Amino acid sequence: MSNTVKRKAILTGAHFMNGDFACAEGAIVAGCRFFAGYPITPATEIAERLAERMPEVGGIYIQMEDEIASIAAVIGASYAGLKAMTATSGPGFSLMQENIGLAVMTETPCVIVDVMRGGPSTGQPTLPGQQDVMQAKWGSHGDYEIIALSPSSVQEMFDLTVEAFNMSEIYRVPTILLADEVVGHMWEKVVIPSPENLKIVNRKRPNVSPEKYLPFMPDDNLVPPMACFGEGFAFHATGLTHDEHGYPQTQNSEVQERLVRRLCDKIRKSVDKIVKVEEVMLEDADVVVIAYGIVARAALSAVRKARAEGIKAGLLRPITLWPFPEKHVEKVARRAKKIVVAEMNCGQIVREVQRAAKETPVMFLPKLGEDPHTPMEIFEGIRRNNP
Amino acid sequence: MPERIWRKPLDSEKAKLPKAEIHIIRDQCKGCGYCIQYCPQKVLEESNDINARGVHPPRVVDESKCVLCSFCTSVCPDFAIFVIEKKECKENVKHG
Amino acid sequence: MMTEIEHPLSKYLRKAMMPHIWCSGCGNGIILNCVVQAVDELQMDLDKLVVVSGIGCIGRAAGYINTNSFHTTHGRPIALATGVKLANPNLEVVVISGDGDLFAIGGNHFIHAARRNIGIKVICANNFNYGMTGGQQGPTTPLEALTTTTPYGNIEHPFNLVHLAAASGATYVARWTTLHVRRLTQSIKRLLQKEGFGFIEVVSPCPEIFGRRNKMKTGLEMMEWFRRSSVVENFSDPSKAEITPERIVVGEFVNIDKISYERLLHEKIAHINEEKTWR
Repeated sequence: MSNTVKRKAILTGAHFMNGDFACAEGAIVAGCRFFAGYPITPATEIAERLAERMPEVGGIYIQMEDEIASIAAVIGASYAGLKAMTATSGPGFSLMQENIGLAVMTETPCVIVDVMRGGPSTGQPTLPGQQDVMQAKWGSHGDYEIIALSPSSVQEMFDLTVEAFNMSEIYRVPTILLADEVVGHMWEKVVIPSPENLKIVNRKRPNVSPEKYLPFMPDDNLVPPMACFGEGFAFHATGLTHDEHGYPQTQNSEVQERLVRRLCDKIRKSVDKIVKVEEVMLEDADVVVIAYGIVARAALSAVRKARAEGIKAGLLRPITLWPFPEKHVEKVARRAKKIVVAEMNCGQIVREVQRAAKETPVMFLPKLGEDPHTPMEIFEGIRRNNP
Repeated sequence: MPERIWRKPLDSEKAKLPKAEIHIIRDQCKGCGYCIQYCPQKVLEESNDINARGVHPPRVVDESKCVLCSFCTSVCPDFAIFVIEKKECKENVKHG
Repeated sequence: MMTEIEHPLSKYLRKAMMPHIWCSGCGNGIILNCVVQAVDELQMDLDKLVVVSGIGCIGRAAGYINTNSFHTTHGRPIALATGVKLANPNLEVVVISGDGDLFAIGGNHFIHAARRNIGIKVICANNFNYGMTGGQQGPTTPLEALTTTTPYGNIEHPFNLVHLAAASGATYVARWTTLHVRRLTQSIKRLLQKEGFGFIEVVSPCPEIFGRRNKMKTGLEMMEWFRRSSVVENFSDPSKAEITPERIVVGEFVNIDKISYERLLHEKIAHINEEKTWR
């Protein structure tokens, strides 16, 4: 993109872009005006694109000294009123866990993009993996719920980034975009809608005067309306267990029970509104493949090939990885005879599927290493498991 | 140290030192002793009473010696002592 | 005179949280006192003040000041404050934290914020140990001092915080003890009115935990150490501003003008958008 041309925030139209760039554009469209990050393959392009685009839209880009500082700055910016995001990969995601916990505890709306690569540790920086899925849910200490979305196309890198911001604003929870290196680096067509066709949600604001405002008093949906610094609401936010005033209550078990339960319930009780899946040919499927991210693309090809050969195959693609689409898996398990889970790790989502599928046998098709599953590999898996 | 020679201020008859009003919030005192130790006029001393925290709060020895330097006000870690200027007219101070 | 009249600075404190948890003689209360006094003398708009603190006894200060406040995870107040300040440069963002939080786990964030000259103000309560967790050594613990994790005497050289701050690029650097209440308050006022990254180290007594193990078991004994040993050497070489049993060099060491990060950013954004043509 030319540096001498000034672009609008919403670049309505069709584009040919890579996934990371589409994610950056999605953030801008969602209203993100603060990005703090640190270079890491394969998420660096998100930072680079936003370094170029943020000044054009009056937003702030800052490269912090490490990932820990990045997520801390994102929390600060969100509390000062801006929609904020950071982007990283496995090693950086591990560093961010403590402050993701802080974001959960202080109910900070923010988006964290994890473009997964081969792990553990430094692993294979330029190759894909799906090894951070459990970490997205359980990575920080303590009990909590977060929302994690899994794009499997460049268009979804755009769409789901917008969705991630909306979710984080509605539920005041850090929302994780769990992409993988292939979806992040591949180039595809992206259509950016015109402004009137976009659904952007902003955080609910307090509707009481500052004297009456209780920063952590929940509304009907268990989410407290959020004031920001500088608006006259002199409130306190802390990572310590706190009451509705925001004041620390470190000796009171009732407060701990109430707070932690609400932080979990605000997501759990809204599961039906949050969870999204894609269902392909499930009505009469005997073998159902469950796959997400780039693997779902191969799985779709495999399912179509299977159908062409007379096998009643179907695909259930979780778009929301957390909260996990248990009810959808249960429904599939009641009708299908076998479930095949294909993922690029040693077994993460497959455990959730096994739990939800109960008696229905679940076969695991793992793949580690440079390429995602090929359609043929998944097709073979379907054929072998066709009852 | 050379001996200082003070001249008498020309308006020493007219000028008045401000009159101080020292307030001690007894039960907030934690008995650190900073106000007593560092008052330049030695206006405070440890009282014999024991407050709700089990320590001896300070007591004023001679309020007229206080020059309103406010050191005690600033050095108190517990906001338990402050000094304000007594107003000339003898209105009753509102109790907060 | 004993009355029920309110303390003149009480409007700056959150009544529901008082009295504070700090020990008798703890310097944190004095720092809190001087900060709110400076805010009062400047008649600052409290709506625009944001206090960010870290973990440690002094970290509780954010909860006590009646303004926008955030109590972060250990070591991260400066990074969080950076986000706040950049998101809304009209806010006055003050970080109040301790020597361990800011310079051990948080050391990296300190030097980079100073380097960038982000307009946040940092006030460090230096009590030479990790008081909240019972008195372990920290990056400013003096050589040979006794702490719970240096029972035979500390063998680590401590940081010279003003030297570190000056070398990292801070535009305002000062050190005072909690005995220098008036100079500290004036210093905080200057800090709050200055552009760019400013830092004040406050040498603070921790009598219950640090003092008691190191032959100064009351606050008064620690304050006497400050009184006996401190020398005011304004604008002297920060690298030589030592803290020893015999000598505590205090004063203002750096007071320079340097364009802040947020002003540079604002100018850059304006410049970029002027040069570009709309498409």
